[in-house]
Amino acid sequence: MSVKQNVSLNKNKEPLTDTQLLMTITIIIFFVMYLLAVVLLQGGFLHAQQIFDLLNDNASLIIVSCGLTIVMIGGGIDISVGAVTSLVVMSCVLYLNNGGNIFVSILLALGIGLAFGAVHGFLISYLEIQPFIVTLAGMFFARGMTTILSVNPQKVEHEGFAAMQNAKIEIPWLGYVAKNGNLIPARMEPGVVVALLCVIVVFVLLQFMRLGRCFYAMGGNQQSALMLGINVKRTRFFSYVISGLLSGISGYVFMMHTGAGNATNAAGMEMNAIASSIIGGTLLTGGVGNVLGTFFGTMSLTTIKKIVVSSGLNDPWWQSITTGGMLCFFIILQSVVLKNREKRKHA
Amino acid sequence: MKNKKKFFNADLSQLAIPLIAIALLFIFNIFRDISFFSIGVTTNNDGNLVLTGNLISIINGASELAVLAMGMTLVTAACGGQDISVGAAAAIAGSVFVKVLKSSPSINGGTVILAFLCSCVVAIIFGSFNGSLVAVFKIQPMIATLILYTCGRSIAYWINGGATPTVESPIISAWGSYIPGIPVPTPVLIVIIVAILFKLVFRFTSLELLTQSVGINGSAARLNGINTTFIKLLSFIILGLCVAVAGSIGVSRLGLINHETLLLDVEMDAILAVAIGGNNLGGGKFKISGSIIGAYVIQMLTITLYAMKVSSTDVKAYKAIVIIILVVIGSPVVKSKFSKFMGQIRSKKIEASEKGAAKA
Repeated sequence: MSVKQNVSLNKNKEPLTDTQLLMTITIIIFFVMYLLAVVLLQGGFLHAQQIFDLLNDNASLIIVSCGLTIVMIGGGIDISVGAVTSLVVMSCVLYLNNGGNIFVSILLALGIGLAFGAVHGFLISYLEIQPFIVTLAGMFFARGMTTILSVNPQKVEHEGFAAMQNAKIEIPWLGYVAKNGNLIPARMEPGVVVALLCVIVVFVLLQFMRLGRCFYAMGGNQQSALMLGINVKRTRFFSYVISGLLSGISGYVFMMHTGAGNATNAAGMEMNAIASSIIGGTLLTGGVGNVLGTFFGTMSLTTIKKIVVSSGLNDPWWQSITTGGMLCFFIILQSVVLKNREKRKHA
Repeated sequence: MKNKKKFFNADLSQLAIPLIAIALLFIFNIFRDISFFSIGVTTNNDGNLVLTGNLISIINGASELAVLAMGMTLVTAACGGQDISVGAAAAIAGSVFVKVLKSSPSINGGTVILAFLCSCVVAIIFGSFNGSLVAVFKIQPMIATLILYTCGRSIAYWINGGATPTVESPIISAWGSYIPGIPVPTPVLIVIIVAILFKLVFRFTSLELLTQSVGINGSAARLNGINTTFIKLLSFIILGLCVAVAGSIGVSRLGLINHETLLLDVEMDAILAVAIGGNNLGGGKFKISGSIIGAYVIQMLTITLYAMKVSSTDVKAYKAIVIIILVVIGSPVVKSKFSKFMGQIRSKKIEASEKGAAKA
């Protein structure tokens, strides 16, 4: 798959690139799904708070998915993100409980993430080991370290952190009036701001910066990227470092949301993140993807779960079965759309 | 003649990493505690003479993994990707196995075979679902199998209506542990049978050659008249059969089906076994024997760590370190640097001996 550049020979008829097309499909389907939920189920879906709840619960997933999108655009895979998130949560909780201060705990979170990213990047790009195996080992290591640190759930008992955790951003004009006449403002956690910032930064990085364009070139065709004079090894190294760093941030956001460390934290998050990226139109083969699509992919994934719960399918298995079904739908849709495009191009 | 020798070397070098790993683990255990290798004969609850010991539990415990690794090798070779849904699919196959056994009035040889066949059919259906996504829709195997990975265990839960039923029968316990009169655990025998079946299939059909050519260059294989879609689909169907076998072993071992814990995380271990076995995860040439040895390396590592009193939750961290060391040794860059280094030493030696010869 070659890198699609916006060659504007004919400005009026500039076709959508694969990336834009897949992202547009995702965004349209997300809005259709949400509208259907509003029409059919009403209830909570009418309030803006519903969207904020989705964001509050999934801020860390959004951050992790951003990192994964970068790695996948570069043609790699990182399945350690969930485990690193869990390790960051546990180590920060233990550090804070042993009388640490908040600033250092943030540095600790970023440091752990960076360390994992750098080791993965080094092994994958400079020693040319398969990314799946390296990040699998990273996942085992992080999960193992989490249980070595503590098998039992640990709650944060730190006054400063508790204050930070309880801080909520209130938006009165998006609130709604409760039955007793009180105005209940929409509540948003600080983690959401961090997550949205991450999305914006990654978007700018991928669209407008040299490094970001190098990721696309490398994922699209490694050989031609090399011919163009891109330092492929260093670019690949940085893709894993950024993914690691974002897992570190995600760990801190996760801790701000739950306020406790647990060995099973963020279990299965890596697969959710991969699913979000795929739904958002990122291809595992590399070179195609957009972080905005990933954002809407995460939202679609979480909205469908919410819809299943609100529509009264209470048996525990329905959530993942519908998620699987949706994933199947998206994957086949993307495959068919891309196939048709290829055909039309050749015709 | 020279070509033959080279081929032999290439053949061995693929098995070098897993064999070195097993040798290192043996040496480590000899120095740590020689009694690790002791094999005893005891009488179990049913009054049979059975073999016991760490080595037996390694060979026994790796059975499901070895069976899955064999199928995974084929999928990896043909499609250049891995199936991450084998654990979930095994849970489904196990659920069907138990469901059929539970719905029959009495458990005898016939019903067990029927149940096994049913679970095979279900596993093949799910395997061909994955396979058709990969082969027909041209989706990356890992993405295609992510669907079943996400919902597989829930489907298994749904099959048994949210319960974890148990089955008790001498036939089931014979399947999962020991057949009366034979001191070797049955799962080990099953692995041997599956391995022989693979060997026979490769001996009498051209499946091995076709799979490798599809994996190395799919479009070239297609232009040469190989039905690549069918070969890819077939590899997933064979993996489905392996999944059914592994699922039935896993269920019989415990005598119950727990959709959450049956063969948990086995997909990662199976992929690891394939990689440790020296197979390229990008597809192409493969060696089933490497994957089998890889499976035993993983199990031996785990049992060694258990013997060192590492708790079961912490094992993962140590396992990761060993894996990293293994893959770093096996990485192409390190290999080429090492061979260059050896070449330098050799040339220096030759120089020195030439000098010595000149002096004399």
